[in-house]
Amino acid sequence: MIASYLVRRAIGFVFVLFGLSVVIFVVARVVPGDPARIALGPLATNEQVAQLHREMGFDKPAALQYFDYLGGVLHGDFGRSLLTNRPVAADIAEALPATLELVLFTLLLIMLVAVPAGVLAARWHNTWIDNASRLVSLLGVVTPGFVVALLLQLFASLFNFFPLTGRLSPDLGFVPDITRLALVDALLKGRLDVFTDALSHIFLPALALSAAGIGQVMRITRSSMLDVAKRDHVETLRSFGVPGWVITLEYMLRLACIAPLTILGLEFASLMGNAFIVELVFAWPGFASYGVRAILSKDFNAVMAVVLMSGLFFVVANLLIDLLIGLIDPRLRVRRT
Amino acid sequence: MTAASDVARVVDEPSNLTRAWRRFLRNPAAVIGALIVISVVAAAVLAPSLASYPAHAGSFVDFRSRHLAPSLVHFMGTDNVGRDIFSRVLFGYRISLLLVVGVLGVAVPLGVLFGLLAGYFAGAVETAVMGFTNVMLAMPPLVMALAITAVLSPDLINSMIAITCLWWTWHCRLVYRVAKSVAAEDFVEAARLAGASHMHVLFRELLPNCTAAISVKTTLDAGFVILFGASLSFLGLGVQPPTPDLGTMVATGAQFLPEMWWEAVMPGLAILYAILGFNLLGDGLRDMMDVEI
Repeated sequence: MIASYLVRRAIGFVFVLFGLSVVIFVVARVVPGDPARIALGPLATNEQVAQLHREMGFDKPAALQYFDYLGGVLHGDFGRSLLTNRPVAADIAEALPATLELVLFTLLLIMLVAVPAGVLAARWHNTWIDNASRLVSLLGVVTPGFVVALLLQLFASLFNFFPLTGRLSPDLGFVPDITRLALVDALLKGRLDVFTDALSHIFLPALALSAAGIGQVMRITRSSMLDVAKRDHVETLRSFGVPGWVITLEYMLRLACIAPLTILGLEFASLMGNAFIVELVFAWPGFASYGVRAILSKDFNAVMAVVLMSGLFFVVANLLIDLLIGLIDPRLRVRRT
Repeated sequence: MTAASDVARVVDEPSNLTRAWRRFLRNPAAVIGALIVISVVAAAVLAPSLASYPAHAGSFVDFRSRHLAPSLVHFMGTDNVGRDIFSRVLFGYRISLLLVVGVLGVAVPLGVLFGLLAGYFAGAVETAVMGFTNVMLAMPPLVMALAITAVLSPDLINSMIAITCLWWTWHCRLVYRVAKSVAAEDFVEAARLAGASHMHVLFRELLPNCTAAISVKTTLDAGFVILFGASLSFLGLGVQPPTPDLGTMVATGAQFLPEMWWEAVMPGLAILYAILGFNLLGDGLRDMMDVEI
């Protein structure tokens, strides 16, 4: 049941990604600005520009160019970057793990902070705990990512506790080459010193990135906990004398988790976007700096790849969350199919 | 109902509008939000007369007074070329609000129109419009805006275009949802049976039922458009110097952290203040009109 539902969603998402690639392709090709001219610089002759045009296939009709491109993408070939003069796929493969690590760690942080905080705010709703959580979530939602990042950096520089930039201290000489995620690889290789170093590097960027998400997930958890508390089965459990914390953790939280999980899937999109800004502030070696440089130099293949990969992430994250929700709430498996 | 009790009802019960207004005033957060929004708009409109150094909004340079800490002379300190940050923040609000008006002025009508069409006409129109909308919504918005700004060139108008391209889809989906549920109601069917045109049903029957949701969303959006525009210009893809844009000011000031903290923090707090205002006001309106967004 759930498998066929997921397959159908996956097919829908393939169409979304396909449509997306068409949209970007059209936007990038229709607007003025010659990428070959920019790559070669103002001193290049017209012959050289025409030569590069032929090499990049810019002289063919747009539709044909698109299908050439799509064929390449399906084989993992995103073309050559005009900026680094390397295959875009290689550039992305190098930058992606760092971004992925940051975003995944941020999601973890959001869940670990926001869900318990939301449960507390619901348990003591309309007290000072609830009001404090309301204020924190409001500030998290309205503060721009780069302001949070800079403020965190400012405070960290006062206390000199966390490193302000980078992903790993270079003097450790550690190369994350198993999963490419520094935190995981450090544990796999049993290097606790590397793990704490990586943790201290990732903490501030992840905190900056999580600000908006923590606020939203906290409020959603609170309101769905309050909602679940009114249900009949919770009343019944209470009248049977089941201890309050057992009801909260065993029976209510399971139901109340669904709304925050759904939000988290959507949150993923804004995390990917905000990662661009946070990575830039903390000099995190992910694909943000690559993306921004590609954008500024009109490196079409690189821009396209960055956007498509962000879209792919979003799609995969949402499928995983659907799967997770299906596991938590058996009723949905039946209802949705 | 007799005529007498009708009169009594009119006299005793305040109108819907008055009741909503009172509910709004009872909500301190909403009132604070409204006051913040008013102050931001006033700052932008009156910037030339409120600013202590109006000339500093441009490419003014005074190297003797660079990097001065906040004081009574310079409320927010001065920047790396000696310009008064407070004056630049006031003029920065002009750019932010210009962006808001430019983006929402196009995106909201566009989204509302397509949302109404998709919600009312089932079938091919619905599939086409919502299919396209869902493609757009599947993208990290900031990444998408970056890509669009990239293929154009970075300036205020192109930021507007990039943000507008994304923004209408949110309104489209919201109006689609409301319009679709309203379109299923009996009174719409009745209007059609009475011979009303599609135009009449779309704009006289469906649209009035969407206005509450649209106005709440537009208010909340004003804050997020400011946030978006500031993020773009923070990355160097928005308004270009010497125009006093808040995001650009933060980016420039960030080079002088932590010693000259005010150069990044003050414009940053100014952005936060404006977004906070629109957010509180939008939430207040939502409670007042009792709509779900």
